[in-house]
Order: sequence, then structure tokens, then C-alpha cells
Amino acid sequence: MNEWNNETVIEVFPAIWDGFIVVLQVTLVAGLIAVLLGLLVAIGERTGPAWLKRVVSGFFQFVRNTPLLVQLLFVWTATSLYINPDWSAFIVGSAVLGVHYASYTSESYRAGIEAIPKGQWEAATALSLPTHRVWGAVVLPQMMRRSTAAVANWVIAMFKEVPTLFAIGVLEMIAQAQKFQGQHYTGAVEGYTIAGILFLAASYPVAVAARRLENRLAKSHF
Amino acid sequence: MQNPTSDQPIIRFDRVDKRFGDLLVLDKLNFQVDPGERVTLIGPSGSGKTTILRLLMTLEKVTPAQDPAAEGGVIYVEGRPYSHMEKGGRLVVANERYLRQARQKVGMVFQQFNLFPNMNVLRNVTEAQVHTLKRGKDEAESKAKELLDLVGLSDRIDHYPSQLSGGQQQRVAIARALAMDPDILLLDEVTSALDPELVNDVLGVLRDIADTTSITMLIVTHEMGFARDVSNRVMMFDNGQIVEQGPPEAMFSEPQEARTQDFLRAVLAE
Repeated sequence: MNEWNNETVIEVFPAIWDGFIVVLQVTLVAGLIAVLLGLLVAIGERTGPAWLKRVVSGFFQFVRNTPLLVQLLFVWTATSLYINPDWSAFIVGSAVLGVHYASYTSESYRAGIEAIPKGQWEAATALSLPTHRVWGAVVLPQMMRRSTAAVANWVIAMFKEVPTLFAIGVLEMIAQAQKFQGQHYTGAVEGYTIAGILFLAASYPVAVAARRLENRLAKSHF
Repeated sequence: MQNPTSDQPIIRFDRVDKRFGDLLVLDKLNFQVDPGERVTLIGPSGSGKTTILRLLMTLEKVTPAQDPAAEGGVIYVEGRPYSHMEKGGRLVVANERYLRQARQKVGMVFQQFNLFPNMNVLRNVTEAQVHTLKRGKDEAESKAKELLDLVGLSDRIDHYPSQLSGGQQQRVAIARALAMDPDILLLDEVTSALDPELVNDVLGVLRDIADTTSITMLIVTHEMGFARDVSNRVMMFDNGQIVEQGPPEAMFSEPQEARTQDFLRAVLAE
């Protein structure tokens, strides 16, 4: 492994940048899964039949209590052996990451739903509001106010875990740095450094924006 | 107190039991309310009066008897089973679909107002008109504005509940309940959560409504002056049973039962 070289920085940068784009794409796909699946799970826990609740909460208990890396390797190996070897690591990795974080976002949504006073449900019942309005017009808007900041924090945490997908061969930044090192026998240190700086540059503004959003929601009328 | 224009009670409790676990809150309770009657329920806390309102709003379910035809345990509204429904010639506990229809005759104003904080005043009053009663938006809004005028809040229709005082919120809640054109209005300690100086505004609105409409009202309150002015009948509850009942003048000036006398002495001393 070579020492730091400023010229190598310029050479390795395009590869790392490609990896960064992949990180953003994974974040987008996995983030959508985490945000939407988590919401569905939280609603399902309140409305679904008891057996479904047990199955779903058992599954997510399992997901929360096993390492992401193990889940990634297991699903990647299992899908390519038993389902379809042509599925891309990008898709499988994004799905696993998204489901993993849905297990956390669902808890944040659930806390937001539980914090809604019982009187809100009772008023909705007294007015015979149809179920879709109870959720769409009464519960979810109030839940969002309480849960949005927490869910945003989970997505930021997830963004920082995208490099784990390196383990199944997704060409994110770490994989790009190693690939560059493999071909040129230099550039790993520079590549990791650039990767770190890009992570910081991307996540810091998002974290600040999430905190602003949190403050704004706290000050809104309801 | 009979209403001469009607031969059928609007509410009938037939030997209704309500248990919470081992606790028997209502004990084979029988009573009837005539259309247009205003009945105030009084009694110590835990005597079952709020439970009666919550049963009528279907927020609680009666504890069903094995055989409703023989043992009762059924609430009837407008002559039809309400806590139960008819199925194959028998009475069975009502399901959610049946209740959704049945409870549209009934409106409730809560102690804690329970306005929807994410909706402005106007939408609080139109939401269920549009989505439960399927009224058009214009019709719902003009009805809402009329009622908000009645409760003295025409100038607050764009405000959110958090921008209103407790008394104003409660008046919006009254408008919201009336917008559904209920036949029966349940008032559950509607001034108990209010600062003393706001109580009279709310009671004034309710007096107006009592004077100008024929809505049947069941009122749980500690405001004895209001109960005296508005109601036709006062029922004293203790341990899930009716201790004594009668017109307010008689109940407040010469209660017969010791438990009523003790209760009224305690409340009026406050």
C-alpha cells in the first residue's frame, strides 16, 4: 500500500465518483422501501388480523436482531442459488437494506401513531368517518408530524451503511477504491479519503435539513 | 315525563350490563328516554353515567347476555336494536358495519373537545359531513358556517384548534356534532376541562340549542344550574343503578334518597 499522493487523488476521483452515484441510487431505492414498507407495517399492525401481526412483527424482530451484513450475504447467496442467479447485486442489496431499515422506521411510525390521543380515535368513531379518512385525514397527518424527523434520521443512518453492499459486489465507493488499487497498485488510501469526504458532504446538509424540519414541525399549528 | 306526540321512546336500555373485567359498571339497567327529552345524569364518579353515554356512542360495547331475547342486555334506539342487530330472527351483537350506520343518529361532545388539530375550524365541521354523510362541499360549508355562526365563531373559521381557547374549541366541537343532524346529542362533562370564565359561553350556546331545537339530549354534568334550566328529568346514579329520578325542581329541592341528598350536598358545596 502506497503513501498519500496528490496526483493519485485526481486519477482515482472519477472511479470514486461513479461509486458515489451508485450509493445515491441505492439510497433512493432502499430509502423508498424503508419509508413506504415501514409505514405499511405500522398501519398493518393496527388494522390487520392478529395472525398477520404476529408473523410480521416476528419477522421484523428477527431482522432487527441480526446483522445487516449477514442478511445481505444470506439473501444474495440464497437468491442466486435458488431463485434467479441473474438478479443484480444492486437490486438485491437495495431490497435487503430497505427491508432492514423498514424494521426501524416502522417502530418510529408506530410510536407516532401511539402518541395520538385516544380522543382522536373516539371523535373519528363518533363521526362515523370511513376507515380511509380516519387514517388519511386524522391519523397519518398527526403521525407524520411526530415521526418524520425520526424516519429521516433512519434514512440518513441507512445512507451511511450503503458501503456494506460492497460485500456482495455492488460497485459503491469502497469497491471502486479497491478495484482501482487492484489495477494500479495505488489509490486505496486516497479513494477511502474521498469516499469519507463525499459521505460527509452529502450527509451533513441532509442532517441539518432534517433538524430544521423537526423544528418546523414542532412549531406548526398542530 | 312523556312526550304526547310520540308513543315510542327514542332510547331504551333493556336490562343492560356493562363489565370492565370483574368490575360491574352497569347492573341490569333499565331506562327510557322520549324523543326531545333532556335528561341529566348525575352521580358520583364511577357510578356509570359516562359509560351510558359511551355505550350510546358505541365507544364501548354492552356486555352481552347469552340469550338477548330472554335476558335482555340490549340497547334500542328509535325502536330498533342498537347494541345488537337482527340476524336470522335472533339478536346478535352488532358488527362494525351495522354500527357505522346506526350511530349516525347520535352525536357526542367530549370533555376534552377532541377536535382534529391538523384541520382548521371549518374543516373540522365539514369533514364528516362530506365523508360520512356524503354531502357536497358547498352544502357542507354553508351548513358549517351557519352552525359556527350559531356558536359565535364565524370569525374563526380559518383558525386551527391550537389557536383557540378551550371554550372556543368546545363550541366548535358542538358545531361539529350538530352538523351531522343527530337525533340524540350526548354531552359528556363538556365544561369540566374549561377555565371557569369560559364555562358560561359554552353553557349559553347549549341553552340556545336546547331552546331552539328538539334534539334529544343526555347530559352528564356537574353544573347543577345548567341541569336545572335545561333538563326535563334528572337521574341519580350510583353503582350502575338508578337511585332516583324526577323533574329537576323536585330532584334538586327535595330529593328523597339519602344518597342523592349526600351527593347534591357535596356538589353544591363546591
